[in-house]
Amino acid sequence: MAEEIKLSRRDRISVWWRSQFLQASWNYERMQNVGWAYSMIPALKKLYKNKDDRAAALKRHLEFFNTHPYLAAPILGVEMTLEEKRANGADIDDAAIQGVKIGMMGPLAGVGDPIFWGTVRPVIGAFAASMALDQNWMGPIIFFLAWNIIRMAFLWYTQELGYKQGENITKDLSGGLMQRITTGASILGMFIMGVLVPRWTTMHFPMIVSTVKVDPKGQVDFSHVTGGNATVDGIRKVIGQIQGGASVTPEKTTTLQNIFDQLIPGLMPLLLTFLCIWLLRKKVSPIVIIFGLFVVGILGYWVGIFGA
Amino acid sequence: MLAVILALIVAFFAGMEGILDQFQFHQPIIACSLIGLVTGHPVEGLLLGGQLQIIALGWMNIGAAVAPDAALASVASAILVCMKGSSVSNGIALAIPLAVAGQVLTILVRSITVGLAHGADAQAKKGSFRGVEVMHLTALMLQGLRIALPAALIMAVPSSAVMSALNAIPDVITKGLAVAGGFIVAVGYAMVINMMATPQIWPFFFLGFALAAVSELNLIAMGVIGLVIALVYLQLSPQFNKSSNNGGGSSNGGDPIDDILNDY
Repeated sequence: MAEEIKLSRRDRISVWWRSQFLQASWNYERMQNVGWAYSMIPALKKLYKNKDDRAAALKRHLEFFNTHPYLAAPILGVEMTLEEKRANGADIDDAAIQGVKIGMMGPLAGVGDPIFWGTVRPVIGAFAASMALDQNWMGPIIFFLAWNIIRMAFLWYTQELGYKQGENITKDLSGGLMQRITTGASILGMFIMGVLVPRWTTMHFPMIVSTVKVDPKGQVDFSHVTGGNATVDGIRKVIGQIQGGASVTPEKTTTLQNIFDQLIPGLMPLLLTFLCIWLLRKKVSPIVIIFGLFVVGILGYWVGIFGA
Repeated sequence: MLAVILALIVAFFAGMEGILDQFQFHQPIIACSLIGLVTGHPVEGLLLGGQLQIIALGWMNIGAAVAPDAALASVASAILVCMKGSSVSNGIALAIPLAVAGQVLTILVRSITVGLAHGADAQAKKGSFRGVEVMHLTALMLQGLRIALPAALIMAVPSSAVMSALNAIPDVITKGLAVAGGFIVAVGYAMVINMMATPQIWPFFFLGFALAAVSELNLIAMGVIGLVIALVYLQLSPQFNKSSNNGGGSSNGGDPIDDILNDY
């Protein structure tokens, strides 16, 4: 062994860029395996020069692999360190390299899902969507920029962390710090979900439950303003009666919506959400639930329970 | 013609992102807005994107499970709304069956890709980096075509045919679908909640629910409140303060919270 081969910052940037295409050839047999090898290629190219070494390196990096696509970054960092040591003559066998991958991918996938899919994307998506509904173009722009800056920075820093710290980071990542981040993210995510459920779920129940004749004394006396009597004084009287709580119609109708609003605003969306949670836990597919709700919507509109 | 080509490029990117899940070109708020821009109907695209984004908030691929496909749903419904003159509410109703179709297509491509993975093995035996890269990127192209081809197909259908098909749907169905579109978002919320819910975290959901009634608090204010609560929780929770809580608090014997604190 003449000189020690080191992976340069340039090589690591190249791996970082490629890791964004990790899932391109996701397949049902070995999942992210080809994408993993594809990401490692810049490092392997630098470390191994002859054909047999390269073939062996590719073979050991085409084994089964699957984790959260962003949490592959720290694992890539660790594996680059291992390959670097191996190429420089350290005694690291295939089993060790595969073992580190398998050992890290499980715990890390569990960290990535609540942070990125459960919190960051729904929260940024909700902000952006509310802007888009106000016809504000900053919605999509902010969504795209904020998401990609967070994502790319995360990929780079965790990959560097993995490269510099080696296998020790499994402990850091699945233990203390990452658990704090996951818990904090879940709290924010659940809080925002609590806000969105009543605010953004639209359910109207215009069905009339009861119609009561209002006593003439409780009605607004419009004779002050009809039949050419519309004086300023008459209008004042009518407004005074309305402010006093008199009914403007001869009948008082109560809709289903009024009743629900008196209980708790947003009660029905809340119950619907709980129903969906329960169905999902019963392993009903989300698509089946969505179609079921379509049927409920059409039937409910037809019968007159739901309104637009 | 230029609009058609640009829309197909958007569709191709959305298809690639549907599997990569990195740049998020497949999210409705991006894909619909882009198709709106390139076809000259930016406002319709933006509104459709915003509404579909709310519905698709919780659609996520976890492990090997495949969620409803946001890519085909947003691209195809945006084409219907921006190029074929369908209404935004019809576009939303049609997005759901399209999401299922997209899901079936991605499962198909993910199965075909098994063959490409074996191709990569063969290339690896020869020590060919180039060969492995070609296999990998071919799979990515297939995922792009998965959306671009159906998009081209929909574009090829004349607007009049699309409109007469849409008009043939009875009113009670379209209005009913629009009504359902208002509360289908609950499925997405349920998916997100299901993934994160633990007994310690549930109270924060109800806190958000109660505060939602205060309409003066917009989403940004809510985000700040949520962040502050999360930070304070992390500072105070004994779970994360194993060392700092050992010193104090031993004077209040019999207090259950104190017992928990002392255990750490």
